[in-house]
Amino acid sequence: MTAEPAVATIEGTRVEYLDVTRVFGATRALDGFTLQIEPGELLALLGPSGCGKTTALRLLAGFDQLSSGQLLIDGRDVSRQPVNKRDMGMVFQSYSLFPTMSARDNVGFGLRLRGASTSDRRRRAGELLELVGLSAHTEKYPHQMSGGQQQRVALARALAIQPRVLLLDEPLSALDAKVRTQLRDEIRRIQLELGVTTVFVTHDQEEALSMADRVGVMRAGQLEQCDAPSVLYQRPATPFVAEFVGTMNHLPGVVRDGSTVQVGDQSVPADGQVPLSGTAVSVLARPEAVLVEASVEGDAVVQVATFFGAVTRLRMLRSDGVELLADVSSHRAGELAPGTRVAVSLVDRPVLVRTPSS
Amino acid sequence: MTTTRRRWRIPGGRVRLGWLGLAPFAAYLAVFFVLPSVLVLFSAFRRVDPDTGVHSFTLQNWSDSLHGAYLKGLENSIQLAAVTAVISAVLGLVLAYAISTSRRPFFKQLVSTSSAVLANFGGLPLAFLFVAVLGSAGVLTSTVQSLFGLSLQDDLHFSLFSIRGVELVYLYFLIPLMVLVITPALEGIRPQWREAAENLGATGWQYWRWVAAPVLLPNVLGSTVLLFCGSLSAFATASALTNGTLAIVPLQIDTAVSGNVLVGQENLAAALALNMIVIVVPLTLIYQLLQKRTTTWLR
Repeated sequence: MTAEPAVATIEGTRVEYLDVTRVFGATRALDGFTLQIEPGELLALLGPSGCGKTTALRLLAGFDQLSSGQLLIDGRDVSRQPVNKRDMGMVFQSYSLFPTMSARDNVGFGLRLRGASTSDRRRRAGELLELVGLSAHTEKYPHQMSGGQQQRVALARALAIQPRVLLLDEPLSALDAKVRTQLRDEIRRIQLELGVTTVFVTHDQEEALSMADRVGVMRAGQLEQCDAPSVLYQRPATPFVAEFVGTMNHLPGVVRDGSTVQVGDQSVPADGQVPLSGTAVSVLARPEAVLVEASVEGDAVVQVATFFGAVTRLRMLRSDGVELLADVSSHRAGELAPGTRVAVSLVDRPVLVRTPSS
Repeated sequence: MTTTRRRWRIPGGRVRLGWLGLAPFAAYLAVFFVLPSVLVLFSAFRRVDPDTGVHSFTLQNWSDSLHGAYLKGLENSIQLAAVTAVISAVLGLVLAYAISTSRRPFFKQLVSTSSAVLANFGGLPLAFLFVAVLGSAGVLTSTVQSLFGLSLQDDLHFSLFSIRGVELVYLYFLIPLMVLVITPALEGIRPQWREAAENLGATGWQYWRWVAAPVLLPNVLGSTVLLFCGSLSAFATASALTNGTLAIVPLQIDTAVSGNVLVGQENLAAALALNMIVIVVPLTLIYQLLQKRTTTWLR
């Protein structure tokens, strides 16, 4: 039997950025940024510092104004709508709870502004604090709570107003690793439970890939690719995405015809746009797509083996000076210790290629 | 015994020596604050028989200090301190807010540095400065007279040597003092609080009413208390400006101690000083409590 959700679900909202540009002096923080976010979706914006992901979020929140373009919520242009009229719930990177209010009063603040009665505020704040697992801390003040607890209260506060869109601005970055993982799972659980459209800004690819329905990878104010995490990882649309998301090996190869590429003595299918036959290319392969066998005939030597639990990452050096990484099951780590000569090949599935100039 | 021993040791068994750094200050405080306070308390309730020289306990000094001209002096002192503290707190807060939100570093630095200097400017030089501008033959007094035909004293009922004049002069160092003590609190207000409040639907007024003001209030009150105490006990400026004729407690103490008018008034001076201690000590405790609250919230 499934328990009734403690808090009413929120009808998901569609968000659209249409050719949005934001200019700060000579810097184009967002440059023709276009993105659609579906109702009830959790979309992560991922990218290096200065790529424009926080600007995109702040424009949606209303803290900043577009230089050009349109920002639509359920088809309505909200570009000029003031921040306090947008009904967005935001959780900030730094703890932003009001210090003179208890956890309950913080959560009830938005409801108070909307004229809710004291009893309604207390009841709904209590429900939300229970939702985030803090029902025993309702009367505590921010300075009496840990960072993780404060961010849970901030999440409850943002949800209390039943926001049209939930905005998360690197909410986990100030927390320690264990709390970060716990809260990450809880945010996703609550988001799915409530069905609220959520935009999550992060520079941590593990967070983005593990939480989001789709991840938008940004670079220099533009969206490079927006796809499901598995698609992003397995079929990166651009070299930047391939480099930025996960770890990638670069192996020298030559295009044989329109669909295959020669890597050493192995011929593998090529994915996406492939240059003309005979072109020297760089073949991109994930560490888990590299096969390793101990062999005295092999042309590579294991340099370092790093244990990651279920898998061990091997760093190897080929005789031609190319360095490559491979993930192998940890139970094989004994036979592939540093110093072992190995034969290396690629899994027989399509690989991405790029010309040295691209 | 074990607990006492532990208090003097740090993990590893070494003896704590850091407290020794406090020793000179503690000694100074004991000799120049605690001891005089005890002497004041003791002296306020004693009388010396002028004929026999015998000391005895009495409430007469304290009673005298709360009657007649001395009561008026106490009232004047409290009024002077309250008026200057409130005006300085309001104007200082506005100025401090202006510099804490200013995007011009030069303006910020200029006001901060000027405040640090002016907050410590008082006594004879300050009195001279105001006399030169607003005294009977001051520059501004003469200018107003020649341009508008108005006398500051007769037409505008303002005299630099009255309590209103002293209030004006006190603002000169109390407003910068307010700027100095309130600026850290204003800078401790996080921009994210405003954004979070607006994001939840608050207007600018609602943000100040529910979020910023409660955070700042203890500090503003504490700072006002500090200004009140500073103004209440200020002596040199008022003395230099009015030649000791203004009826306020610090000048009355001076008169009683120096024996300019009557000799043998030392015990009365102690009673007057005791009245000030009775006012200042609770205010200092309130100030400490308010500061502690602010520190907790701005942590």
